[in-house]
Amino acid sequence: MNKFSIKDVNLWYNDFHALKNINMSIPANEITAFIGPSGCGKSTLIKSLNRMNDLVEGCKITGSILLDGQSIHGNIDVNALRKRVGMVFQKPNPFPMSVYDNIAYGPRTHGIRSRSKLNDIVEKSLYDAAIWDELKDRLKKSALSLSGGQQQRLCIARALSVQPDVLLMDEPTSALDPISTAKIEELVLKLKNSYTIVIVTHNMQQAVRISDNTGFFLLGEIVEYGETQQVFSIPKDKRTEDYITGRFG
Amino acid sequence: MQNFKRKKPSDIILFALTWLSIGITAAVLVLVVGYVLINGIPFIRPSLFAREFTTQNQSLFPALIGTLMIVGLSLILAVPLGVFSAIYLVEYAKRGSRFVAIVRLTTETLAGIPSIVYGLFGFIFFGVFLGWGLSLMSGSFTTSIMILPLIMRTTEESLKSVPDTYREGSFGLGAGRLRTVMRIILPAATPGILAGVILAIGRIIGETAAIIFTLGNVARMPNNLFDTGRTLSAHMYALANEGTHPGEAHATAAVLLIVVILINALSSWIARFIRKES
Ligand SMILES: Nc1ncnc2c1ncn2[C@@H]1O[C@H](COP(=O)(O)OP(=O)(O)O)[C@@H](O)[C@H]1O
Ligand SMILES: [Mg+2]
Repeated sequence: MNKFSIKDVNLWYNDFHALKNINMSIPANEITAFIGPSGCGKSTLIKSLNRMNDLVEGCKITGSILLDGQSIHGNIDVNALRKRVGMVFQKPNPFPMSVYDNIAYGPRTHGIRSRSKLNDIVEKSLYDAAIWDELKDRLKKSALSLSGGQQQRLCIARALSVQPDVLLMDEPTSALDPISTAKIEELVLKLKNSYTIVIVTHNMQQAVRISDNTGFFLLGEIVEYGETQQVFSIPKDKRTEDYITGRFG
Repeated sequence: MQNFKRKKPSDIILFALTWLSIGITAAVLVLVVGYVLINGIPFIRPSLFAREFTTQNQSLFPALIGTLMIVGLSLILAVPLGVFSAIYLVEYAKRGSRFVAIVRLTTETLAGIPSIVYGLFGFIFFGVFLGWGLSLMSGSFTTSIMILPLIMRTTEESLKSVPDTYREGSFGLGAGRLRTVMRIILPAATPGILAGVILAIGRIIGETAAIIFTLGNVARMPNNLFDTGRTLSAHMYALANEGTHPGEAHATAAVLLIVVILINALSSWIARFIRKES
């Protein structure tokens, strides 16, 4: 089953053509990785999936993106879309408030006021993000006092707190040390059972380790998209092969 | 000695200049504060704080209350207006739009106008045209216009210094713009906004020209919003002008200084408190 169907998507930042004729389907409950040199449009595409690009002035998009068969540009509340399609960013970005309030912010935004409900959500989200044991005695502490790796798992927990279907992750480990990276990869593999995950990574080993499908981007185009095994062992396109074997700028 | 030898001459000169500058700055501060306190404190006595001003007691109490009222009223007027205008400019208006450019130019121009011009404008517009005369209303409206650009500018700067990653985080959870601004951006910007408010308070307290033109300079406590009065600075100006009570003038200066120090301490305490909360 496809979570997202992306058809003929073109995107411009003012005059700059950043995405060119993107067509791809993103299967549910699998991990899809976007790889490619920097500036090739990976972030742009992932941000189109929850319409974070709406915030960029001069950004124009054509084509269609369907989420569970329904257009995300049609008659839809963009806040409801972002609740369904959560996002984790490159640099951990916890809010300058306590661990508890960071997690409770999302549910509160969507109208949950009951203290006991919020307590449950905070515990469950932190538990699912594999950080409950580390943080359960520090819920009142400022989130900014945590280590980078903890902050990123907190941000994952924060994204989970509003019960999304999809988790978009834009280079979530690029600012982290190897041990924190390994923890996040393990977590992502575990989360795949309950969520559809799209992850941008500049680290090809990471794509091989965790993803089911891989899309290779170059200059705003998707050069190759398929099962990760296939893309990395028998790439169909010469440019993909050059890139994954490191013969590329 | 070894350490010293390895330093380049330019380093030593820079080092010396830095310390010289620090020394001069600190010396000027100590000199001014010391001068005011040493000359003023011996003349501080209970009669200076009598409820009513008389030619015998030269009480500064009505002026002290007048100062607090003017500061309070103009903050009530200017802070919400300035903060919300800045929020509009930074968070809502399109970046680089014509309208924003015009508003910026206007506030920058307003910020550069000498205070006596504000005083004259306030006198003519609030005092004469609106018929408010010399009063707390005329005075506080005038000073609030005077500090509005300052509040707007400092608020804009603090809002801009809140990282965009906070906005992304909030929008990414499905929060709207209003909630993002109120719950995430504004709390993060509060210390900076308060710093602007402290500067604004300093400007109001130090103001004489605009105050004398609009509030007046009558040594009594205003009975209502349309009553005249004076502030500590205006009071000092009057005492120094008359020259008959130099001791009381010095004492007033000392009290003024202490008030400013207290307000600054209070504000930074509030800023620290807010930062701890969030
Ligand atoms: N807000 C923006 N305004 C203008 N150009 C942008 C903006 N964001 C990204 N771009 C441009 O779009 C291209 C793709 O960027 P991006 O999607 O961030 O690449 P990637 O994530 O693959 O490194 C780059 O050339 C970049 O300069
Ligand atoms: Mg990117």
